Amino acid sequence: MRQKLMALSAVSAVSALMLVGCAAPADSGSGELVFDVPEVPMLESLGEGEGQVDIIAWSGFVEPAWADTFTEDTGCVVNRKVAGTSDEMVQLMRTGDYDLVSASGDASLRLIVGGDVAPINRDLLPNFGDDIVPGMQGQLYDTINGKVYGVPIGRGANILQYNTEVVTETPESWDIVWEADSPYAGQITAYDAPIYIADAAVYLMYHQPELGIQNPYALDETQLAAAVDLLKQQNTIVAEYWADPVAQITSFLGGTTVAGTSWEVLRKFTEDTEKFGGTLPVEGSTGWSDAWMISSKSDAPNCAYLWMDYTSSAEVNGAIATNFGMAPANGAFCELSDEAAAHCEQFNALNEEYFENVWYWTTPIEQCIDGRTEVTCTSFQDWTNAWATIKG
Amino acid sequence: MTITTTPARTSKPLSTLLYRHRWMRLVGLLSLPLTWLIGLYIVSLALLLVTAFWYIDSFTSKVIPGFTLENFVLIFSEPAYIATSLRTLGIALAVTVLSAIFAVPLGIFMAKLASPWMRAVLAVAITLPLWAGYLVKILAMRITFTEEGFFNSVMAPFGITGPGFSVLTVVLTLTYLWFPYMALPVYTAIRQIPVNLFDASSDLGAHGFTTIRTVVLPLLWPALIAGSVFTFSLSLGDYIVARFVGGANAQMIGSIIASNINLNPPVAAAFSVIPIAFVVFYLLATRRTGALERM
Repeated sequence: MRQKLMALSAVSAVSALMLVGCAAPADSGSGELVFDVPEVPMLESLGEGEGQVDIIAWSGFVEPAWADTFTEDTGCVVNRKVAGTSDEMVQLMRTGDYDLVSASGDASLRLIVGGDVAPINRDLLPNFGDDIVPGMQGQLYDTINGKVYGVPIGRGANILQYNTEVVTETPESWDIVWEADSPYAGQITAYDAPIYIADAAVYLMYHQPELGIQNPYALDETQLAAAVDLLKQQNTIVAEYWADPVAQITSFLGGTTVAGTSWEVLRKFTEDTEKFGGTLPVEGSTGWSDAWMISSKSDAPNCAYLWMDYTSSAEVNGAIATNFGMAPANGAFCELSDEAAAHCEQFNALNEEYFENVWYWTTPIEQCIDGRTEVTCTSFQDWTNAWATIKG
Repeated sequence: MTITTTPARTSKPLSTLLYRHRWMRLVGLLSLPLTWLIGLYIVSLALLLVTAFWYIDSFTSKVIPGFTLENFVLIFSEPAYIATSLRTLGIALAVTVLSAIFAVPLGIFMAKLASPWMRAVLAVAITLPLWAGYLVKILAMRITFTEEGFFNSVMAPFGITGPGFSVLTVVLTLTYLWFPYMALPVYTAIRQIPVNLFDASSDLGAHGFTTIRTVVLPLLWPALIAGSVFTFSLSLGDYIVARFVGGANAQMIGSIIASNINLNPPVAAAFSVIPIAFVVFYLLATRRTGALERM
């Protein structure tokens, strides 16, 4: 039976290689996008643990501090594989050797449409309930076609970090990292990945409304060209791009850069949050939200469900969020202790207004996810090619 | 009185077997390296290159077998990609020339002038960096050349500011990384030059530089070529250095391959043809000089 199911899901995954008949008229009038997603069966009931579970995760998501307790409670040994980028996670999940992944928004859509992950049965996850903050429920990439594919872990914004000794006033706008006449030209840092094009799009959305950008991950060719031009302009004032968190921290500490995109946790790691300020400028920003997803080829679905439920509890979810430095998905964590409350305050965990201005990383695809049907949007391949041209 | 001792006959069936059958000797010698060379080295390279002609599903990044030249067209139609390729070539050549310029005088000093003790110290000094991790060395250079780093703080009294993170820093760092591969063959070659050639040269009235130009360099040529193959090809393939000390405008071929390898493997594969082409041209050019035969 298992063999049959696996073969079935493999066939459907292959048949879904092309997004056929995308942009089908939205049903139920909710304006929801419909994707052609392979039929992958959902786990109906929870059985005995299989003894072990293989997890691909961001660094800091699976740590002995909470994984050991899980093993004691359930008998499921946790095998962790740390991945560095979303693309790596997608590649690893395709091998079929792993049961779970902590996918960010720019990986999850690819995994779902590729048939690499299975829908999730919420009934089997008592901790996935009302305590999950509203902003992390019902995301496009977690609830495709009315199905749930991800169990929220946490989220964060890409903030503007600045050296307060040089940038003495809190910047209200991202303009100091984009405009050629920036007073800090030559001392700017930018994120070194194609997804950073969305940051340019967020800036253009605010400053050049005539471009008509509605969603920074749905750019047609003209809009992408405008974003690329802005990034090329930025290239002249950039000191260096960062992909490696350590490189970004040393870049700020060493004085090579004084302003640029950052994460709250990286600011914390400078161990000098007085000197290095962080802010979410008026244009808003990009950000990320991560969720557990279960492989469609998982050979340990029971352990995987147990893990997803275990890590959704206020305590464990909070421990992951504190360790990684992000806003936890489970809002109940914030009421557990004073430290928890302080963490939630710093990372704006319960501040939906803050996150309203944050565009979570999403895979750009040819189907415009802002709902436009008269144009084709640019895909992530287009973005990757464009990105290489920006750095010349 | 003669005592004849007959050695005890020990039976060595394996040796006997190998002695009798030439093909068995060959198989024994070559099977392991050939399995490695063909099975892993060549086949994986071929698989990579084949991917360059395949398609990609733009949404899921899944590779679809087929035949297209689009990936190559993309490389040659985009000015930024051509600029990146030429920059990489320039960096690799600069690293090679810089390494050679450092290696020749150092080699002459070590081989002909230094005391044995000094020679040992220098040999250790050259090879010691090989014991440190590659990333560690790059990060060390990063700390050295950062804005408030070692270089700038030491040079500040003289009014000199360092190159910061730039293409120049990439060249310096790569030279630092690959210098031993140039210095060692050059040093070994100079050691093999008989001292009396130097004497003869000076007896005939040649000055130091004339001696180096007319006597040492021609004899060194094979060693320089051998060293340059390392410095050139290792620099061509690097991208970590550009990422950590390159600043905003030091993108290399490897950087593009790395950013495409997960999202768009066909483009990455197509791009990997360029350094291969560079190295093949380089080897053909050096072969014409005849240096490879004497290596």
